[in-house]
Amino acid sequence: MRDTIILLAGQFAQMMLVLLIAPLITGIIRRVKARFMRRKGAPVWQPYVDLSKLLRKESVIAENASWLFRSAPYAVFAFAWVAAALVPSFAAGLMFNWAADVVALVALLGAGRAILALAGMDIGTSFGGIGSSREMMIATLAEPALLLVFLTLALMAGSTRLPEIAGHFISTPPTVRISLALALVAFVIVALAENARIPVDNPATHLELTMVHEAMVLEYSGRHLAMIEFAAQLKIVTYLALIACLFVPWGMAPANAGPFAWFAGLLAWASKLCLGAVLLGAWEVSIAKMRVFRLPDFLGIAFVFAFLAILMAFVTRAVL
Amino acid sequence: MFAAYDIAHLLAGLMLVTGFAMLYQDRISAVLTTFAVQAILLSCAVAWQAVAQNRPHLFITAALALGLKGLVIPYALRRMVLKLGMHREVEQVVGVAKAFILGLCLTALSFMLVLRVTVKADVFTREGLAMALAIILIALLMMITRRNAVTQIVGFMSLENGLILAATGARGMPLVVEVSVAFSVLIALFVFGVFVFRIRERFDSVDIEALDQVRGDQR
Amino acid sequence: MIAAPAYLTPFAGLLCAIVLYAVAGVIAGVLRGGALRIVYPVAIVAALIAIACDLAALMSQGDFAHVLPIGLPGTGLRLRLDTLSAFFGLIVNIGVLAAAIYGLGLDPAHDLSGRIEPFFAIFVAAMNAVLIADDAFAFLFFWEVMSLMSWALVVANHESPENRKAGQVYLLMAAIGTAALLFAFGGLAGTAGGYSFEAMRAAAKTPLVSTLVLTAVLIGAGSKAGIAPLHAWLPLAHPAAPSHVSALMSGVMTKVAIYGLIRVVFDLLGAPVWWWALPFLLLGAATAVLGLLYAVLDGDLKRVLAYSTVENIGIIFVALGMALAFKAEGLNAAAAVALAAALLHAINHSWFKSLLFLGAGAVLHATGRRDLDGLGGLIHTMPKTAALFLAGTMSICALPPFNGFISEWLLFQSVLAGPGFPEPVLRFLSPAVGAMLALAAALAAACFVRAFGIVFLGRARSPAASAAHEAPRVQIAAMGLLAALCLFGGLFASALVALIEPLLVKFAGVALPGAGTGPTPFALVAFDPKRATYDALTIGIFLIVSGTLTTLVVHRISNRRTRRGPAWDCGFPNASPITQYSGSSFSQPLRRVYGAFAFGARDNVDMPAPGDMRAAHFSVTMRDPVWQCLHAAPARAVFGLARRLNRFQFLTIRSYLVFMFSALIVLLLVAAVWF
Repeated sequence: MRDTIILLAGQFAQMMLVLLIAPLITGIIRRVKARFMRRKGAPVWQPYVDLSKLLRKESVIAENASWLFRSAPYAVFAFAWVAAALVPSFAAGLMFNWAADVVALVALLGAGRAILALAGMDIGTSFGGIGSSREMMIATLAEPALLLVFLTLALMAGSTRLPEIAGHFISTPPTVRISLALALVAFVIVALAENARIPVDNPATHLELTMVHEAMVLEYSGRHLAMIEFAAQLKIVTYLALIACLFVPWGMAPANAGPFAWFAGLLAWASKLCLGAVLLGAWEVSIAKMRVFRLPDFLGIAFVFAFLAILMAFVTRAVL
Repeated sequence: MFAAYDIAHLLAGLMLVTGFAMLYQDRISAVLTTFAVQAILLSCAVAWQAVAQNRPHLFITAALALGLKGLVIPYALRRMVLKLGMHREVEQVVGVAKAFILGLCLTALSFMLVLRVTVKADVFTREGLAMALAIILIALLMMITRRNAVTQIVGFMSLENGLILAATGARGMPLVVEVSVAFSVLIALFVFGVFVFRIRERFDSVDIEALDQVRGDQR
Repeated sequence: MIAAPAYLTPFAGLLCAIVLYAVAGVIAGVLRGGALRIVYPVAIVAALIAIACDLAALMSQGDFAHVLPIGLPGTGLRLRLDTLSAFFGLIVNIGVLAAAIYGLGLDPAHDLSGRIEPFFAIFVAAMNAVLIADDAFAFLFFWEVMSLMSWALVVANHESPENRKAGQVYLLMAAIGTAALLFAFGGLAGTAGGYSFEAMRAAAKTPLVSTLVLTAVLIGAGSKAGIAPLHAWLPLAHPAAPSHVSALMSGVMTKVAIYGLIRVVFDLLGAPVWWWALPFLLLGAATAVLGLLYAVLDGDLKRVLAYSTVENIGIIFVALGMALAFKAEGLNAAAAVALAAALLHAINHSWFKSLLFLGAGAVLHATGRRDLDGLGGLIHTMPKTAALFLAGTMSICALPPFNGFISEWLLFQSVLAGPGFPEPVLRFLSPAVGAMLALAAALAAACFVRAFGIVFLGRARSPAASAAHEAPRVQIAAMGLLAALCLFGGLFASALVALIEPLLVKFAGVALPGAGTGPTPFALVAFDPKRATYDALTIGIFLIVSGTLTTLVVHRISNRRTRRGPAWDCGFPNASPITQYSGSSFSQPLRRVYGAFAFGARDNVDMPAPGDMRAAHFSVTMRDPVWQCLHAAPARAVFGLARRLNRFQFLTIRSYLVFMFSALIVLLLVAAVWF
């Protein structure tokens, strides 16, 4: 009973924690980008201010918006939040970690994307349509690579459950594994695409022809927009946490470790996320946005890498 | 033992990845750079084999690979490209996506084949052979799917990289063979170089499709 | 408690239901007029009886065999209700129930016609009868009845040339399919010639015979299910029928074909060999992707749904292929996961596809249109239909917490076990198949976001769409029933898995780790709880709680004012609904990325120079490789041959005599050499 309460508390702590840290990560990314461009940049807590400002503004919605348009932001947020809460962060084996394995997690994120794409089409403007259409196209390019990455990990760790995969890599001695390296590259490319980052999409622009995600949410304002922005920030945290959990799980507290080990895990987790944010910012300033129809080639790299990863894992396994 | 194995696997795997990278590039200069990277990786792989298998003469092979294919040949080819002032785009017969899929099929095929055929061989040989065969097939694929004469040369050299990788993985290949292979490659470079200049003189282009017109058995 | 009489078995009940269906059909067909109205109420009653009987048979794991003294002289009509029949009977009758409830809402003055109702009832009876047939004769007879009745329903609306063409192609494919099945049963019966399934199971099969039977059954049952490249009739025929019949054809009849496939390959054919899985995996994966590419590029709502049926059949094929391969390689636990994926996807697809077809029927009825680019904004005029269609969309896109994701999850789990194959070909094939499945899943999401978004969201693109009205209450109830089932199947998947447990044990050797091994009774477990778990109920509750919580909190802390204004649209809102994204513009990126690859799609832009007053033109050319190679080419060959043979009609009598004389000589020669 006591264990259950502790686990439940840990789960609740994580749910609150991802909410707290998500705007900060976005703030760090923006700050790093600004510094690299030799601008001073907004302070890292600017996204919190933005969110509260958006919440305080009135919401203007189009005359022909339906109930779907009004409820979509909350649904999208709920899906993103649940997904973020299910990735083991500071500790493996939290209360609800078992509820979704990695396949289900991807489906949760996909559900959020589909709802947002539908919301983009609700007003019946051409911008919403272009955003939705391209978002779904990019998803078709990213999804096969993502599955192959999971196939590689499942083959190595013998499980698709995140705590088990992390536990497997913690317990085996660290070595250089070409399969894992390739899978990581593929996963990063997919994560860039799914989070609408450069070079797939530019989160900072409102230039009509370069935007995908921003075009979808063009009609939103006020508290609805706040929810959508927050969901996007949570999604970044989810993907960074996934990378941390799957590829660099060291420092995560094992299951049943108790609150003290959690604290150490928390520090490790937060520093991993911040490092990821800095790297993402550095990456974004050093590369240009791609044309939409170059994306199949770019995401093709992810596919090839993921497929090579699984093939090489076969060779390794067959030999050893 | 496992670390030795992992590093050999890593280097060979990276060579395979550079093979795919060559398929991806659409600029000749980028193809040349990628090729240089592959050659450097090859020399690292060979040097690692020298350490792991305790066969010092492999260091000579590594040095040859690094010097000739990592530095001299890319430099020479780059000069050739600049001198000829070729337009830098690589003409692709097959698009990147299709080339990738074909390449993956070839890789799977070679892995499957080697795993089936060499059940009794030891670790280094099997894994090295599998990777090397894949690199060779990818290089051939590149020669087929890219029309430019320079990319064909690069494809040929990359094929030869795969051969060397296979040879060093298998124990007991004498040094003299490697040296002679290295020189044959150098000669091949000269032959290709002359050849390319001649094509250029004749047809004002290095697109090898132009050669089809002088074939006797025109369709 | 009163003991039930011995004759009151599920089998007897099911037989009553079938007779009820058939009698209703015959009465309606003979009397017509007012008698047509009895069909749907009777069908509802019969469907309820049949569902109860099927459930009882499945849960009691009964095996009821009877021989009726009708049919071929000497053999009689062998019928058997076992767990496999009962499971597919459940699929059929739930679909029938929904379709019949929907049928109650049809307008008696306009929609009832002697061309639909009688055939509907007999069609349904035949589908049920196929499932309980226990000899080749009965199976083929009822199969043919099913094909003919559904053909009659396809051409019910024969005024349109499109439907006539659909009927023609369908009839041809059905004939080829039945002929192939005839061969398959012939091979199974062997030289001993036992046409009962019992005898077939016992007969020894040489590898050559097994191969031939497998090929024949893939052609026969595969063409009915709609596997590529034999799918071409399906998107023509299914949409041509009235919508509730389309729902039955797509949702249910294809499952009867899958039943035939499972019956022959898993049951009658004996122990599998690993390469039997290859046609399933390759054809299935290709079908899944190809079917969706067709669907996402098509502009007709009902045809989109039909093409998506092709895709889902591909997914079921892949799952069956994985199950076969695992079984042949002795990996029973994985075989159970794959088979569970196949069976659950069969039942899930029957629910959400029926739901979507009924929704499409409501749209068609309300607007008179089914082309995507003539619809739009229906969420305002048909809110209930829109919400239910959205549930179907979520299911078919395999989004949690709906049921489509359950089978998708199980299938991915079985693919993730693929690297465990001892056979290298399968081991290297499984990641490729997995990638194709992932592509299909993402394409499905794109396809149905497009279908729902264009039809229900945005602004009305035609006057008909803006004047739409909500569907009758009964029809909403029919769709609501299916939507509830979709949600139920998603949240309580472990109940469904428990239901199919006897089937898994029978065909895969072991069952899935059942309730209790997972963290909660509702968690779905593949292999063992350390390997993969998914608990839809927890996720669902989690989603609802966090969603409600967020909404409450945001409404408390935020500025709750909402103002309606004109659309922003980057400052240039355009009043004309034509400026919206249309179905074809939504699929343009997909067409460019995949269409060029699969269909040789090319955009032809004819843009006049500035100053030129000519109108600009844009067109897209695509060719369907399957249609061209497999249908157009043989057709051309047949016509060419016929034209050439036509010459023989205009010869002199002397030449005819020469032919006959030479034929005689040749025959004599053959006889002389032979004997």
